[in-house]
Amino acid sequence: MLRLPTFTYHTPKSATEAVAIAKQHGKAAMYVAGGTDLYPNMKRRHQTPEQVISLRDVPELHSLEVLEDGRLQIGAMVTLTALEHYPHLKAHYPALAHAVREISTPLLRNMGTIGGNLMLDTRCTYYDQTHEWRESIDFCMKSKEDAICWVAPGSPRCWAVQSSDTVPVVCALEAEVELADEHGTRMIKADELYQDDGIEYLTKKPEELLTKITLPAPGRWRASYTKLRRRDTYDFPVLGVGAAIWFGDDGKVEKANIRLGGAGSYAIPATKSEDMLVGNELTDELIAEAGNAAMKPARTMDNTDLDVYWRRKVAPIYVARAIRACLP
Amino acid sequence: MVLDDPKARVEGPGAPQGRDDAPWQHDKKKDELEHVGKPIRKVDARSKVAGLTQFADDMTLPRMLHMKLLRSTKAHAEIVKIDTAAAEALPGVKGVLTGKDMPTPFGILPVSQDEHALCPDRVRFVGDPVVAVAATEEEIAWDACRLVDVEYRELRTIGGVHEAADHDEPRLHDYGVRGNIHRLENLEFGDLKDGFERADHVREDTVWFEGNTHLPMEQHATLAHFDKDGKLTIWSSTQTPHYLHRALARVLAPLPAHRIRVIACPNGGGFGGKSDPFNHEICAAKMSMLTGRPVKIALTREEVFWCHRGRHPVLMRSKIGVTKTGRITALDFHSFLDGGAYGSYGTASTFYTGALQTVTYPVENYHFRGARFFTNKAPCGPKRGHGTVQPRFALEVQLDKVACDLGLDPAQMRLDNLAERDSLTANFLRIGSMGLGPCIEKVVEGSGWKERRGKREVLANGRVRGLGIACSSYLSGAGLPIYWNGMPHSGVQLQLDRSGLCTVFCGSTDIGQGSDSVLGWIVGEVLGIDPLDIKVVTSDTDLTPVDLGSYSSRVTVMTGNAAMQAAERARDILAKGVGEKLEVPASRLVFHGGRVFDAQDPEVGMTFKEAIGFTEAAVGTIGTVGSYTPPKSPARFRGGGVGPSPSYSYSACVVEVEVDPETGVYSVPHVWMAHDIGRALNAAVAMGQIEGSIYMGLGEAMMEEMAYRDRSHKGKRVFVHKIPSMLEYKSPSAFEMPECTTYVIEDPDKNGPFGAKEVGQGPLLPIMPAVANAVFDAVGVRVDENPISFEKVFAAMHAEDKRYGPAADDSGVPTVDFGESLKVKTPWQGGDGKASNDPHRTKKAAK
Repeated sequence: MLRLPTFTYHTPKSATEAVAIAKQHGKAAMYVAGGTDLYPNMKRRHQTPEQVISLRDVPELHSLEVLEDGRLQIGAMVTLTALEHYPHLKAHYPALAHAVREISTPLLRNMGTIGGNLMLDTRCTYYDQTHEWRESIDFCMKSKEDAICWVAPGSPRCWAVQSSDTVPVVCALEAEVELADEHGTRMIKADELYQDDGIEYLTKKPEELLTKITLPAPGRWRASYTKLRRRDTYDFPVLGVGAAIWFGDDGKVEKANIRLGGAGSYAIPATKSEDMLVGNELTDELIAEAGNAAMKPARTMDNTDLDVYWRRKVAPIYVARAIRACLP
Repeated sequence: MVLDDPKARVEGPGAPQGRDDAPWQHDKKKDELEHVGKPIRKVDARSKVAGLTQFADDMTLPRMLHMKLLRSTKAHAEIVKIDTAAAEALPGVKGVLTGKDMPTPFGILPVSQDEHALCPDRVRFVGDPVVAVAATEEEIAWDACRLVDVEYRELRTIGGVHEAADHDEPRLHDYGVRGNIHRLENLEFGDLKDGFERADHVREDTVWFEGNTHLPMEQHATLAHFDKDGKLTIWSSTQTPHYLHRALARVLAPLPAHRIRVIACPNGGGFGGKSDPFNHEICAAKMSMLTGRPVKIALTREEVFWCHRGRHPVLMRSKIGVTKTGRITALDFHSFLDGGAYGSYGTASTFYTGALQTVTYPVENYHFRGARFFTNKAPCGPKRGHGTVQPRFALEVQLDKVACDLGLDPAQMRLDNLAERDSLTANFLRIGSMGLGPCIEKVVEGSGWKERRGKREVLANGRVRGLGIACSSYLSGAGLPIYWNGMPHSGVQLQLDRSGLCTVFCGSTDIGQGSDSVLGWIVGEVLGIDPLDIKVVTSDTDLTPVDLGSYSSRVTVMTGNAAMQAAERARDILAKGVGEKLEVPASRLVFHGGRVFDAQDPEVGMTFKEAIGFTEAAVGTIGTVGSYTPPKSPARFRGGGVGPSPSYSYSACVVEVEVDPETGVYSVPHVWMAHDIGRALNAAVAMGQIEGSIYMGLGEAMMEEMAYRDRSHKGKRVFVHKIPSMLEYKSPSAFEMPECTTYVIEDPDKNGPFGAKEVGQGPLLPIMPAVANAVFDAVGVRVDENPISFEKVFAAMHAEDKRYGPAADDSGVPTVDFGESLKVKTPWQGGDGKASNDPHRTKKAAK
């Protein structure tokens, strides 16, 4: 079987302690939440941290509360199963509850956490392979510094794919995330946590710890998540459309956020589609047009499951379905 | 001592052919049977569900070492140099092997001994093993492999049938027909020209079936122990301990076979993927001999993909001539098999792509040409339905088109053209019982075929419903063994102990299909004792008589007949002992309910245990043997050895699909499957096999493929399996499993124990073509390619000719000179099963 490399396992009792250990070991350290992404990756030698910092015993990361202003604050270590069954989430954030349910299997959701899912490593069929397999292609740039990107050999960058189900929804909802380091905490928009690079897909410093996610209070917005994949069980998305639409009193769209997951290295805003919706009523024609316009900024490549040309062709249909699902 | 009953002595080579000597079993009415046909649990069921079954990887021995294989990272290369010094120096490493330590080649078929335990000078695919390292910990062995330095000189990669046909050099092997052609077969039965002339309608189709793999839950594992007495024991997840035994003796010579003991552990799924002797098994044995310690290797999932031996990718071209009613007057069939890097079962696979087209519907004149190529992929071999699945897909889709062309109902057309029972096919296969008619009737009725087909019903979610039908047939065991010999295919020994225990010894291997239980049910039925009280000892070459293995759906028929013979002999001995004691004629004794008693006065009798005691006192220790050899085939032409079987099972299937017309995404909500099993020894277990086949078949139909990455960058080509993992090699989950309506049809066959025929493989075959035909029914497009994935349905819907598949004309297939055909007159032409123009046979006769 595939075996884990050797590492030292830390169990800090507070976020401050966790951050201190991370700071001390620098690049040799990694945080682990549920371990459903990191440990398999370690078995394949994608990451071989000598120091693994478990967040399981950090109490403040397990909190889950509705703030006075109606916002929902979720600790990074709340498991996906707990979130999935949380009545408040199901009632007021059905799109996120749906996205959470679409992640992998019940067994993995029992272990996996919302924080871990937001940090999910980007994926690529040239990368998510064993060490031996990657040796046979002489690795790729996400594995080895001087290697090429096999998806686009002429490219100076890595095209690994954003594959978390929750990220497109959280970004579309304009959620905020809290990051902690040795100096304290800072809040940023979820969108700002990510950048368009398959390797450096996060903007945070390595030792910075994601502690909380805050969702906006329920209001005159509706959100949805539409996922394309081969099997409706545990497959990662090859397209995950997160949509959030704010409606005015007249039923017209005041604001629209559409994020395309699985279509590039970050959850890509479909800005043209968003612009088309604002100020208008959602008619069938408009929804179809917005769907067709969505994929312009997408960077769908042949590095996930399913045929790349087909994925591009059916994507507008899924975007349209996501928009339609936001209709009140 | 084993009692020899002179009445049943084996005459000549092998055991009695068929079971004509035991007609009583077929006459027994179903309700007269005590155990056969009852849904009793498998003999090993509780251990399995409780997680207590010991698989090969569950085993450990004191001082055991862990072995890892360093595998080729090149698709095709010569090995220039191997430096293992750094690996050997790593603390914890106890042994290192390279190709030079095991220079003797091996392979499952005598005609293709082309594999090595470790590649000595050439690697032929990414995953070919080069070095074996054993260490005290698995982690150390892995680390040590990374310290081995292998220098390669790369060779041109041969990536598929077209490339292999176009490039004779570099040759992967220095044997075969020529260039990279491993096998060429060219068999002609009857008069094709006449057949096509008499046809009312002729059509040609080109179809592609991508390869796929078995995907057993259990990854292969082996534990080897060479003890201080110079004897080697090997526990392994294998379906064929006997063939592994032979391969070990060959490579490890001068260690003789009788000093090697092979124990096949319970298999966590096989499906044909554990039917070859494997390099890791031989390496573990050799490593144990080298180190003097037990050695275990447990493969990773990726390595299971490298072992492969799965479904051959096959390109097929089929020209069919039919009458107005759909009767096949001529069939001209070409198959081009991508064999991968080694021979494996490939010779048989090639013949199988042409063998069974004739057993479902009569084919009046038949021409088959098959070519197998060597390519730089993991070797292909036998997967459930071995070699017959791909041509069955081609034929059943083509027949659907024929029905469409002729304006016939595809189900009725099949019903109107059924093969006859007790008949010979154009290629001299002997059909016995034939229950395809009732199978078709059942699925047609159950699915509401007549009312619902062709309606293109649109559902509330916008999806469109369609129904498709397909049929198939499969053999109940290969008529010939893998290596030529005149010995029985299956042997059983029975031992009766004075405790009342009956022990069955048989070399067969339970791969989850329930073959251990089959032995218990049959012996229990004959001796009138509870099958769960019987001890079944199987698949241990030291203890059990040879059975050739769990492949070709042979076990129930062959071990069943052998077990029945052994049990009948035991019954005769006991009847003699009991009869003398009770002063009742032996012929009047009944064995039932754990008792032996007088049929005329059931009160006069004794328990089975007492029967053993009295008999043992009278005649001594009680043991019997039974064996089985299949009937001789009337096919006497070269190549006629593949296809004959004691009997053929039949299946018919209707698949329902719901297609999203916007995207091509579809689901399969319901499958109706009827299978003619001859007689179900246990209908519950048989239904498990049928439903398992539906599941596996849907995987093949909808998504599974052994796809390869073929990329080049700056003159460097990489050619490697695209997705060798459980996550990315897509196979259905429980969620995709449809509602199944299963019909067990019983048309008893005289060659089967109690009339039984196979069920393990046949029901898989019709699924793929039925899905393709259902997609056509729903959205009017033809996907002439398997898997029938969403993308292809979408592409077909947007294609001008409403079709997706390889080029439909001759350009779609490679140009291959098949040479002169071997001409065989059909039975209705007065043929005698021999070819009229066989140069090999003529030469032999001249000598």
